[in-house]
Amino acid sequence: MSADAQTERNRWLLLTPALTILTLAAAGPLLIVVVYSFLTAGDYGGVVWTFSTDAWFSVVAERDFFDETLSFSDAHLAIFWRSVKLSLMTTAVAFLVGFPTAYFIATRPARKRDFWMLLIMIPFWTNLLIRTFAVMEIIRNEGVVNTVLMKLGLIEAPIQMMYTEFAVTLGMFYVFLPLMVLPIYASMERMDFSLVEAAYDLYASRWKVLRRVILPLIKPGAVAGSILVFVPSLGAYVTPRIMGGGKQLMLGNLIELQFGQGRNWPLGAALSITLLAIVMVALIIYVRSSESEGAHHG
Amino acid sequence: MAKPRAFDVRQQTGFTLVALSCFVMLYLPIILLVIYSFNAGTSIAIWEGFSWQWYAAAWENEKVQEATVLSLIIASSASLVATSVAVMAALATTRTGKFRGSGLVFAMINQPLMIPEIVTAVALLLFFAMIKVATGYTGIWYLIIAHSAFCIPFAYMPVRARLQSMDLNLEQAAADLYGRPWQVFRRVTLPQLWPGVLAGAMLSFVISLDDVVITEFVKSAGQDTLPTYMLGQLRRAITPEVNAISTVLLAISVALVVAFYLLSKSKEK
Repeated sequence: MSADAQTERNRWLLLTPALTILTLAAAGPLLIVVVYSFLTAGDYGGVVWTFSTDAWFSVVAERDFFDETLSFSDAHLAIFWRSVKLSLMTTAVAFLVGFPTAYFIATRPARKRDFWMLLIMIPFWTNLLIRTFAVMEIIRNEGVVNTVLMKLGLIEAPIQMMYTEFAVTLGMFYVFLPLMVLPIYASMERMDFSLVEAAYDLYASRWKVLRRVILPLIKPGAVAGSILVFVPSLGAYVTPRIMGGGKQLMLGNLIELQFGQGRNWPLGAALSITLLAIVMVALIIYVRSSESEGAHHG
Repeated sequence: MAKPRAFDVRQQTGFTLVALSCFVMLYLPIILLVIYSFNAGTSIAIWEGFSWQWYAAAWENEKVQEATVLSLIIASSASLVATSVAVMAALATTRTGKFRGSGLVFAMINQPLMIPEIVTAVALLLFFAMIKVATGYTGIWYLIIAHSAFCIPFAYMPVRARLQSMDLNLEQAAADLYGRPWQVFRRVTLPQLWPGVLAGAMLSFVISLDDVVITEFVKSAGQDTLPTYMLGQLRRAITPEVNAISTVLLAISVALVVAFYLLSKSKEK
């Protein structure tokens, strides 16, 4: 055996355990989801092994119980729309807060930047459930905000903030914010601040400097951050479940319902594939844009 | 700086204000959560004095004890499995150029980071449901395998980073001195690689310990990890007991993350 073939064989031997686990417990089962989405729902959960496209119809349409006509499923479309809307809002707010924060960190003395970034990353590595729970404790009717406002006599009855779209957006913003700061900071740290100085020397206004110099330079980071926030928001399950309390369902909750109360596994499978497809499109757009970005510069 | 007026582009008052309030906002909820875990009353908003009672309550709660044990078993096993296979994978994929199938291999390793967790959770639910029906086994191995899979990218990244920054010459020298491949690995590569391995293992442990969605879908009846137990509790009236459990979990995560940070700093020296 030649040396090359030997290295090649060793490489795949070393890769086998990781690839086996990933195939078994991550990639492979996705194929089962595809298969299940084309089966018939069992009466008490599970599936009947006959081919059917009903689940895929049910993703966006519903069949009238009496005359069997098809119409758009308002309930499902409302959930799709809410998922997209709240994820976009989360992304926008995260950018509005994340960009100045990244700017602040990138302009600290080099020794201190790591410390500030650590402060951003610590919450990210702690339990998402606990962080959502922490936000919930603050805006609950019995929470800190309402208790303080009532003690001060500013309001008489607690403001209902939980179980609203506001609560879900706030929760997702809170838990996914570090994913926005990280990539923007990464591109800003490499940014040449003398360009900013030059722009000011040429009497550019603050707004112009921001729009014409800084934002174009950190665009790759901003795009990456937006995708990193948008994608998990779209598939969020824990945060909308806690903050929305079953009243503000998002796609993740709709999927879970099909395996719990709804007992429609094929529909749950079809919805999962739909979510996956949307996420893949977002990721492909991201990869394309970062590739064309690379082409511009190099 | 020889500038006519003291103007520094690095100081943008508006940005600084937003940034500082961002840090306050990030930490205030967590700090309040920790504070109220020591509340003597049953409220999570009205302070009634300091007490350890909710920690004691959590400590004596049998459900919490079982969930803690299960969480620790799963997190340590998943971290061990994920780190071992990730080290092998990193050795196979680092310090070689592109090889046939490298794109696919990277896609596979990073796949748990790209695919929405809820989709993986559904996929595992369907797959393991089939196996459960076929074999009748409903133990914790499903959870260990599922957790190992999504921990692999987190174990892989620091090991790979460490490998990339390592000096090849030592291994070359060891091989020239007739060290067998395994000896070279054990005596030369592994000692240098160790910080990366430890970092990967700690990240995996934290990621596994914190997982909710996949665990919630994969667990068999009666199995609960700490996060799924807490998720179940949120439906009921919440007492500071949940805060106490959260505080302990937070402390573990923060300690490991700070240790990870110090480890990864040490390699820059």
